[in-house]
Amino acid sequence: MTVHPLGRSGAAPRRLVVVSAGISQPSSTRLLADRLAEATVAGLTARGLTCEVTVVEVRDLAHDVVNHLLTGFPSQALSASLDAVTNADGVVAVTPIFAASASGLFTSFVDVIDKDALVGTPVLLGATGGTSRHSLAVEHGVRPLFTYLRAHVESTAVFAATDDWGGTGDEVKPLPARIRRAGDELAATMAGRAPALPADPFGDVPSFETLLGNG
Amino acid sequence: MQFGIFTVGDVTTDPTTGSTPDDTERVRSMLTIAEHADQAGLDVVAFGEHHNPPFVPSSPTTMLGYVAGRTTNVVLSTATTLITTNDPVRLAEEYAMLQVIADGRMDLMLGRGNTGPVYPWFGQDIRQGLNLAVENYALLRRLWTEDVVDWEGKFRTPLQGFTSTPRPLDGVAPFVWHGSIRSPEIAEQAAYYGDGFFHNNIFWPMSHTQQMVRFYRQRYEHHGHGRADQAIVGLGGQVFMRKDSQRAWDEFRPYFDRAPVYGHGPSMEDFTRETPLTVGSPQQVIDRYSRFRESVGDFQRQLFLVDHAGLPLKTVLEQIDLLAEEVVPVLRREAESARPAHVPSDPPSHAQRVAAARAGDAGTAPAAGRDGEAVAS
Repeated sequence: MTVHPLGRSGAAPRRLVVVSAGISQPSSTRLLADRLAEATVAGLTARGLTCEVTVVEVRDLAHDVVNHLLTGFPSQALSASLDAVTNADGVVAVTPIFAASASGLFTSFVDVIDKDALVGTPVLLGATGGTSRHSLAVEHGVRPLFTYLRAHVESTAVFAATDDWGGTGDEVKPLPARIRRAGDELAATMAGRAPALPADPFGDVPSFETLLGNG
Repeated sequence: MQFGIFTVGDVTTDPTTGSTPDDTERVRSMLTIAEHADQAGLDVVAFGEHHNPPFVPSSPTTMLGYVAGRTTNVVLSTATTLITTNDPVRLAEEYAMLQVIADGRMDLMLGRGNTGPVYPWFGQDIRQGLNLAVENYALLRRLWTEDVVDWEGKFRTPLQGFTSTPRPLDGVAPFVWHGSIRSPEIAEQAAYYGDGFFHNNIFWPMSHTQQMVRFYRQRYEHHGHGRADQAIVGLGGQVFMRKDSQRAWDEFRPYFDRAPVYGHGPSMEDFTRETPLTVGSPQQVIDRYSRFRESVGDFQRQLFLVDHAGLPLKTVLEQIDLLAEEVVPVLRREAESARPAHVPSDPPSHAQRVAAARAGDAGTAPAAGRDGEAVAS
């Protein structure tokens, strides 16, 4: 997990967390994730806001994610990344498409996020694949995950096929334009909200009189 | 400070021999382990309660009643008694019976249970787990402290003019711990009543345990039972020892690698670094466990898991001997020398609770519980 402060100084910085689940290194999934993050930061900067970007490379946490699924508790490294996601003002989540859906590693990471951690959090989805024939997988394979978690999923999701990185992709709505539009959507949502307060699992415990039904 | 063992009672194939005990053999091995712990001089033996294979101890008070008759010193307890899926009326009866049979040499630890199907098998809904724990325990306390109970709640049929028998020994209810790993609400429940709080941290990093215990201590003080550092805290632990550290690692690794819960997951190296599992010499166990008080403050009970994952009975008894002969005397000495005088050394015994109740009746007890019941400290 890496943290980069970006954007102009001023009001409380927004926390953008980028979850990238690419497998190879370098990874086109990470490339797309970074471009989406840059577009979001640009959108926030245009609105006079600063942003702190935290990148979660799921590949680096692969064993920790599986161990969490098996044992029920996160390693320290995974715990730090889950805390970052939980406390984010906005999330960029990008996965490769495998077998017509999000990669298993990506969904496993999502599986160990607390089911209430992303309630109402603005999320921008991205996905990568070999050809544009996989493009709707982000809609039927990734969007429902975040809908289930009751995240605020931006209506534009960005799919990048291998061709999109060269000159033979979509010439009417090229990848950079789609990235700009999606990043600006996420920035607009984040800008319209106050920065999230850090989650405090002990701060919200009802009094025992309330638990007893007397409060 | 009390040191003891707790067992979940899993039936697991010994990966080094391929042999699997049957349920009868496993139940009997648990009874042997408990008697051996008493003879070796450990302070506490706690049995789990489970209602699904591969776990055999469905009826802890039957087992503990037998152990009570076969032992002289060891305190009998549970880890945990299911407060959600058991009828609180049966719990009041069974544990008062155990208290009478054991002549007060017992307490119990309540937990919710996290096995999904057990709830519907016993007519409950796991999503009501917290509410069940709160309502059932409130009723359980009344059944022990009031001779005749009229009661109506959400989860069981109402009671009119009900008396739970036998009445608690000397008119004083058993001491209760509340065990929870993740739910601050349970720490709040323990603090509200001035009961003990047990964190079974064997699968969790100490940083998490520290937060839960700190919260319980703050709330204990808030509810007026004493200072935060006087709250009654217990912790789990897990060890495998041989005099030679490398031999301990070599011998335990096949059990670790295939153990229920964490087998086929993290490496033993990672797991021993991130959780209290300590594999090595008795001195390494002493070094690790003597530092727990730095994270959670001076506490009253340390339980060790030593008999799971298919370990043979002979090995388990050897682990108990190593604990009792080499580890516990040193840990006890270190804990007692560091403990401030105003912090209780042990959780309240039956005799102390009787004395506190008598003092409360005479109007001289400094600390009284929320419902007027005197609280021993």
